[in-house]
Amino acid sequence: MAAEVYNKLTMLRWASPVMLLLLAIPVGIGLLMVLLPAFGFMPAIGGYEFTLAHWRDLFGVPGIVRSILLSLLAGIVTPAIALAVVFLFMASASATGLDRWVRRFVSPLLAIPHAAAAFGLVFMIAPAGLLARLISPDLTGWDRPADLLIVNDSYGLAMIAGLVIKEIPFLLLVAITVLPQLNPAQRVSMARSLGYGPSVAWLKMVAPGLYPLMRLPLVAVIAFASANVDVALILGPTLPPTLSVRLLGWFGDPDLSMRFMAAAAALLQLGVSLLAVVSWLLGEKMVSKFYRLWVRSGNRLGGDSAIFFLGRTLLPAALVVIGGSMLALFLSSFSLSWRFPHALPASWTVQHWVDAIPGMGTPVFNTLIIAAVSTTIALVLVVGSLEFEQRSDRKQSSAMWLLYLPLLMPQVVFLFGMVVFAEFFYWQPNLWLVIFGHLLFVVPYVFLVLSEAYRRLDPHWSQLAAALGASPSKTFWRIRIPLLLAPALSAMAMGIAISASIFLPTQLLGAGRIATVTTEAIALASGGSRSTIATWALLQSLLPMLGFLVALFVPKILWRNRIGMQEG
Amino acid sequence: MFRKTLKVFVSAVLCLFASSGLAVEEDSAEWLSIVKEAQHQTVYFNAWGGEIRTNRYLEWLAGEVESRFGIHLQHVKLADTAQAVSRILAEKQAGNLNNGSVDMLWANGENFAALKQNNLLYGPWAESLPNFLLLDADQYPEMREDFTVPVEGYASPWLRAQLVFYYDSEYTQQPPGSMRKLLAWVKANPGEFIYPKPPDFLGTTFLKQAVLELSDDRALLYQPVSASHFEQATATLWEFLDELHPWLLRRGRYFPVSGAQLRRLVLDREIALAFSFNPHEVALGIASGELPTSSRSYVLDGGTISNVSFVSIAFNSPNKAAATVVANFLLSPVAQLRAQDSAYLGSMTVLSLNKLNKADRQKFLALELGSAAPRVEQLNRKLQEPHPSWMAAIEQAWLQRYITN
Amino acid sequence: MGVREHILELQDVCITLNRQAIVEINRTIKAGEVLTVMGPSGSGKTSLLAYIAGFLGSAFQASGRIVIDGKDVSELPAEQRKAGLLFQDPMLFPHLSVGENLRFGIPQGDTNKQELVMCSLQEIGLAGYADRDPGTLSGGQAARVALMRLLLSRPRVVLLDEPFSKLDATLRSEIRLQVFERLRKAGLPTILVTHDAADAVAANGQVFQI
Ligand SMILES: Nc1ncnc2c1ncn2[C@@H]1O[C@H](COP(=O)(O)OP(=O)(O)O)[C@@H](O)[C@H]1O
Ligand SMILES: [Mg+2]
Repeated sequence: MAAEVYNKLTMLRWASPVMLLLLAIPVGIGLLMVLLPAFGFMPAIGGYEFTLAHWRDLFGVPGIVRSILLSLLAGIVTPAIALAVVFLFMASASATGLDRWVRRFVSPLLAIPHAAAAFGLVFMIAPAGLLARLISPDLTGWDRPADLLIVNDSYGLAMIAGLVIKEIPFLLLVAITVLPQLNPAQRVSMARSLGYGPSVAWLKMVAPGLYPLMRLPLVAVIAFASANVDVALILGPTLPPTLSVRLLGWFGDPDLSMRFMAAAAALLQLGVSLLAVVSWLLGEKMVSKFYRLWVRSGNRLGGDSAIFFLGRTLLPAALVVIGGSMLALFLSSFSLSWRFPHALPASWTVQHWVDAIPGMGTPVFNTLIIAAVSTTIALVLVVGSLEFEQRSDRKQSSAMWLLYLPLLMPQVVFLFGMVVFAEFFYWQPNLWLVIFGHLLFVVPYVFLVLSEAYRRLDPHWSQLAAALGASPSKTFWRIRIPLLLAPALSAMAMGIAISASIFLPTQLLGAGRIATVTTEAIALASGGSRSTIATWALLQSLLPMLGFLVALFVPKILWRNRIGMQEG
Repeated sequence: MFRKTLKVFVSAVLCLFASSGLAVEEDSAEWLSIVKEAQHQTVYFNAWGGEIRTNRYLEWLAGEVESRFGIHLQHVKLADTAQAVSRILAEKQAGNLNNGSVDMLWANGENFAALKQNNLLYGPWAESLPNFLLLDADQYPEMREDFTVPVEGYASPWLRAQLVFYYDSEYTQQPPGSMRKLLAWVKANPGEFIYPKPPDFLGTTFLKQAVLELSDDRALLYQPVSASHFEQATATLWEFLDELHPWLLRRGRYFPVSGAQLRRLVLDREIALAFSFNPHEVALGIASGELPTSSRSYVLDGGTISNVSFVSIAFNSPNKAAATVVANFLLSPVAQLRAQDSAYLGSMTVLSLNKLNKADRQKFLALELGSAAPRVEQLNRKLQEPHPSWMAAIEQAWLQRYITN
Repeated sequence: MGVREHILELQDVCITLNRQAIVEINRTIKAGEVLTVMGPSGSGKTSLLAYIAGFLGSAFQASGRIVIDGKDVSELPAEQRKAGLLFQDPMLFPHLSVGENLRFGIPQGDTNKQELVMCSLQEIGLAGYADRDPGTLSGGQAARVALMRLLLSRPRVVLLDEPFSKLDATLRSEIRLQVFERLRKAGLPTILVTHDAADAVAANGQVFQI
């Protein structure tokens, strides 16, 4: 009996090393494949010597400083605004119907791919966008759109706005997942009994406890915002664009000698993302100092109504913008002719959908298989390593940071290295290679969503179960899993959404042979027909949306008669 | 054992075929053995997948080569051809020399140049194709040159392209017929024109068109670029652009990044004048609702840049025989007719009508172009691409000049 | 249910935190006896119980033996020690019904689980509550279910960590009475951790002061 227990532990023991190696090795190799060319070594295209020339080239590129600053700015400002909006909302939210509704429907919004949301946003706010159309020409007198630089502005404000509205649902989901562990209702009512206004009470009593639990997801947001390509391409500045966009261009330059400078730029991008993270962590120290002063000040009502007002407006406004963007895409997917200043298409067609449907079978099938397999593997690994952590009562190893490497590194960089690596072993591009590539991104997000909830689950539950004579596996299946069902399903939905949305790993590791909804959508997006883009963007959102709806409603239905399982 | 011998034999034939440099007959033993080898092979055709029409055309092609030759053709849809270039490069880096994943690819000029220069292509084979004769390459030198880079049989022509301008006839009836007139037109219609930012393909084509028109000594542009020639040949271009930019959409503080965005800007009435590399663009755009019905296209008075796009075979493709057969079929009158037909692909054929039999020629002549397209005599005003070294130099200089820290 | 007599011996138990001994104890608790452990907050009472039950945190070191019915269990995993626990909160598993909560602790081999659950519900005055959501029980009801769940798991010793501290005064003495009576009846050696002197009096056994 004891030996069996021991064996189970040894099995579990492997989960986290396997997971880390699985992620770190390919990323490490990919990194190496960039490190060498960045310093001049790439025999396949005639680079045999160590040189710093490519770095000199890189820093001689016109506008490079501005590109770097844009990436850095996006990396820091995006999480700051998104976090503020989410916290203000949660501070002002109460158990009212609207808030419950917002919480419930925010997660399906995560299913919308970044590019789709960005594209939708352009179609909302551009000079020829839906908003301008609604008031033109009657109110504005514009029969041609005003010549205003609203999107693609030089400071990247539109890009940051696009990133913010996409990250808000993510941070809100994470916050909602971990919040119940903090007993927020109890904390707030305690503070209110001491005379604090409700919103101030939340910010003073709950927020300081919640923030540390959100640090890792925030790091992911920082990395994403500073290195993203999709949103920057659609909404970002063009003279010059962000570093990430230029880097991708250099990697794709037909002039293969550009690969050297591209490699140097990739390292630079990695440095910029790291710098953004470090600046955030330093900024956090400063802010927390002032925050603590405010918490201690004893001020009970100051600003309560302002907080309440901002909280009730900002986040819903962001959601309205996403909703509006989706509506714009929806209309567009049925439009045949839709010129400015018409607020609705002048003529309608189902042709775009009819065009899309016959070829959808294989991509949808592949998307489902890849998402299901990679998410399942990721879940097993993540739960395995978390469960080992619990049973062996070990602290999280600092090696867990390795998990976030794939999120911190520019994708194009290590994926290209991985292709070389796979080719080196004559691994033909196939479904498994693609699934493996997806794991690199699915695992960190599944971990991100699940780990805090898992670790913060009151240890008394398991102790109690053990004291009642339940074996570790009975405790796991009968107690921990059900108690953690909601966060586990959220994590799965997140994994599916990530898998369904990623493009480069599928394209590169599958040599383009494994068509998914996203690869089709992106190939068609390059052709630029607005209606086709809209149709495929909606198709792309559909599948992950189902995952989030399942994650949302299964626990609701399952626990409909269990008061203690209802989220606080 | 037997299969192995067969394989050796066939690759010998392929070699012979490839090096002969002369088109073989469709019923010659050489070609027939290639066709036989091609049977049951799978060809991964890496081609831009950004357009439903192109994708449909390639689906049709897959069906045809399956039923005619037993070749299984799969379209690998690329968002950017450079992806396939990267892939072949990675394979070479890893030492994968004969089992590559890219068989055939539709490579634009720059990509082709990079592939050829880095020995990533199989060849020469293209001039040995039976249908090569239909191109009349002696009459049309552009069939042997891609951006003035000699193709030397490493790629086979597929489609023809030419820069055409288009305008919204609801807004203007007198579009400018030259670069100089364009400047005057934009000053009279501020914010009604823009061009994509280099290194976008269409954006650089616009710059090349401008430099060809504005330069005092056009001949310089057909030789490799040198520092002194560059100054001399492009001075007028920079003068022109400096003067043009303040009158562009958003006063030159923003540039679109693709031809697709130009179409959207026209549809949104942001601009009234744009350009494309497909003479059928306007007809197709109107049909799909991407362009207003009032769009019309034309060719500049002094002619516009024209080129041919090619398909190539990767050096490490394991299915070279089948790829060769597909490339040959692409040049057949059946395939070309469908490519030119605006009901299907809506591009321009590379075949020389004089080389076709009468029945086929009649079919081509019977195709309707539509009122939105430029007239045929306009399309005869062609300019050759400058030497590719100019493209990189102009791109560089453009970035230096218009991007600041 | 034949009552078996159990006995718990703590032999030279010493728990250290940061190289400092926080608890040292050497006692024998016989069947039906209650040892009351008292001490200021943070003195290590909960840690002592955790050590006995088999989940002392890795921050602590401990030496000495825990002997139940003459067998050293110090190296056994928690679920094989059969040390029943009650905390401040009744901690009924929120996703299981009242009946399922009771059933959870019944040892594998038992065939008449259903019957057992029904009988025990009747015994604590909650007949017909098997399918109820534990979230809908009153504090007193929940406390009784928790106690019954513990008894059904047939523990050999029982550890109580301030189990009455959250109950209001009237309920408190009533529940306290019930608990002690049942534990005594079941012949279980018990350790009670508490702040409340009244608890100690009611327990009517040895007192250990940390
Ligand atoms: N996981 C832990 N790591 C380190 N110290 C702990 C841990 N848990 C409790 N302690 C410390 O051990 C001491 C004893 O705690 P505990 O047994 O809970 O005390 P009591 O139950 O008597 O209030 C306290 O000083 C507490 O701060
Ligand atoms: Mg305690």
